[in-house]
Amino acid sequence: MNARGCLWLVSIVLVVVFLRALQGCFFAVHQTEQVIITQFGKPVGEPITDPGLHFKLPIIQEVNRIDKRFLEWDGAPVAIPTRDKTYIHVDTFARWRINDAKTYFVRLRDERSAQSRLEDILGSETRNAVAKHDLIEIVRIDKNRKPLRDENLKNVPTGLGTIGVLPPIEYGRLKIEDEIKTKAAGKLSEFGIELLDLRLKRVNYNPDVLDRIYQRMMSERRQIAQRFRSEGEGEAARIAGQKERDLNEIQSTAYRQVQQIRGESDAKATEIYAHAYTQNPQAAEFYNFLKSMDTYRKVLTKDTTLVFSTDSDLFGLLKRANAKPQTLPPAR
Amino acid sequence: MNSQSPVVYNFHLPRFPARLVAGVAIVILLVTLIWTACYTVQAESEGVVLRFGKFLKTVEPGLHFKLPLGIDKVAVVPTRRQLKLEFGFFTPGYTNPDQPAREGGEERSMVTGDLNAALVEWVVQYRIDDPKQYLFDVRNPAQTLRDLSEAAMREVIGDRTVDEVITIGRQDIEVSALARMQELAKRYMLGVRVDQVQLKNVNPPAEVQASFNEVNKAQQDRENAINIANGDYNEAVPRAKGQADQAIRAAEGYRFKRVNEAQGDVASFNAMLEQYIKAPEITRTRLYLETMGDVLSATGEKIIIDDSMRNLLPILPLTGKPLEKK
Repeated sequence: MNARGCLWLVSIVLVVVFLRALQGCFFAVHQTEQVIITQFGKPVGEPITDPGLHFKLPIIQEVNRIDKRFLEWDGAPVAIPTRDKTYIHVDTFARWRINDAKTYFVRLRDERSAQSRLEDILGSETRNAVAKHDLIEIVRIDKNRKPLRDENLKNVPTGLGTIGVLPPIEYGRLKIEDEIKTKAAGKLSEFGIELLDLRLKRVNYNPDVLDRIYQRMMSERRQIAQRFRSEGEGEAARIAGQKERDLNEIQSTAYRQVQQIRGESDAKATEIYAHAYTQNPQAAEFYNFLKSMDTYRKVLTKDTTLVFSTDSDLFGLLKRANAKPQTLPPAR
Repeated sequence: MNSQSPVVYNFHLPRFPARLVAGVAIVILLVTLIWTACYTVQAESEGVVLRFGKFLKTVEPGLHFKLPLGIDKVAVVPTRRQLKLEFGFFTPGYTNPDQPAREGGEERSMVTGDLNAALVEWVVQYRIDDPKQYLFDVRNPAQTLRDLSEAAMREVIGDRTVDEVITIGRQDIEVSALARMQELAKRYMLGVRVDQVQLKNVNPPAEVQASFNEVNKAQQDRENAINIANGDYNEAVPRAKGQADQAIRAAEGYRFKRVNEAQGDVASFNAMLEQYIKAPEITRTRLYLETMGDVLSATGEKIIIDDSMRNLLPILPLTGKPLEKK
């Protein structure tokens, strides 16, 4: 019974040992890797880029795994003065790939030294490029772009200070990035590294510069605010003027019409009267007479003292009953 | 490992029959094999199967089998889940470790095309649409997406004025940044599809915020001044119009009055004239006497003198004032 158990034990141990030895002969290459086989530290054959199970000599050959994906490089932010002497913090990143694994392995061996080489080369190329250009070249991209204008600011003439204006550029950020990339790519290819892309991730003002920038921003805003206020006052004055104008127009037009209507009415009435009173001589005479009578009524009031002669038409009969009344006073 | 533990068990307790022990060991081994041979892929994900490190296939959600003992490996990628990255800020309770901003302050601050400073926060929504590319072509794809998204946003902001960035150009910025990020994601072979870029808080730096508020206030002041002026106008002008109409109507009324009165007077005159023409003398006399009757009854002092009397003066107190009545 015990002997049987020992047999089991021994056979299992043998299997394990055999598998271990077999494991030394085989190795898997991951989809993301390439492998360089070294024999006593010396690379043997071409790099294996084909993923899957591969064979090697156990113990004497060693597997060196090298990434074949796009790898990142994230530059440390550096303070650089631009050509127009503005200090900015530039933060760059790059993506690279090991395209010649053998050269890479021989010259750099591992990724840490690769990263430090990238830092050296990309850092210095970035510095050179930034120092060669004005800040605006690093900030802007498209030299043909026309900015949208704020509806509220559309009255502000362009070229008034820097408000709403994109300063002109010659190259732009993309060209500068390309320039850095082209220069660095040549240097990196010696290490078996292919530089795929390099970009300026962040460009920010140095804190010392920032105060100056803020001052300028504030003065720009103040200008805009003043402009708004002045526009408001101007518009209000215009409306007040319009009010005066409209009032005068309305009132004088009304006055003119009123006078015209009244004049016409008086004229019309006069015409009607004149027509009636002059239709024949008798009418005129009668009118005179009536008007005289009316006038008497108005003129002779209770304060009037009247002195009549018995010779008058009215009182003629007082003297003699047979006195013949005289003819009435002629009209007029 | 699994294959060794039953052996140890056996060693310490030798009185169990070896056959039973071996049986148990084989059963445990089988269960372990089966256990490591099956796996599930969640509904929102796709599984990518590797055999000895080489890409074999992608599998749909559900229960699947693979070769055990590390021969086949499965990476599960949440291809159907909408993932998001936050820049310049973060919302707590995220599950995706790449989501929150890592260096909020630096991510936010940008230089605009007119060399002003602005603080921009934004969100990128994306989905993994090619798990093979996502897993195998780029190391750290999410970080790469973060980097290129920052670069793209700064390219877009760098070509716009601070007014565009803060107020009028937001949508335009989202559209342009999205297009740029999609282009870069394709070029970097990330295997992701950028679906949306949304701007969140976009502000001028705190130091100049007051000046920006001042502009808004000035804008309000302008509107206010114009409104007040319009109010004055609207208060005065319609009333003046009404008053003008009133005066004109009154004048028209006057016209009716004058004309009608004239016509009335004339009608009455004509009627009287007709009678007058028939008997002028008697009519005149009648009217004269009627008038005198009315007039004289209303007048105060009446003095009737004979025409032969010559010396009137002594009895007439011609003081310029009417005589006192007794």
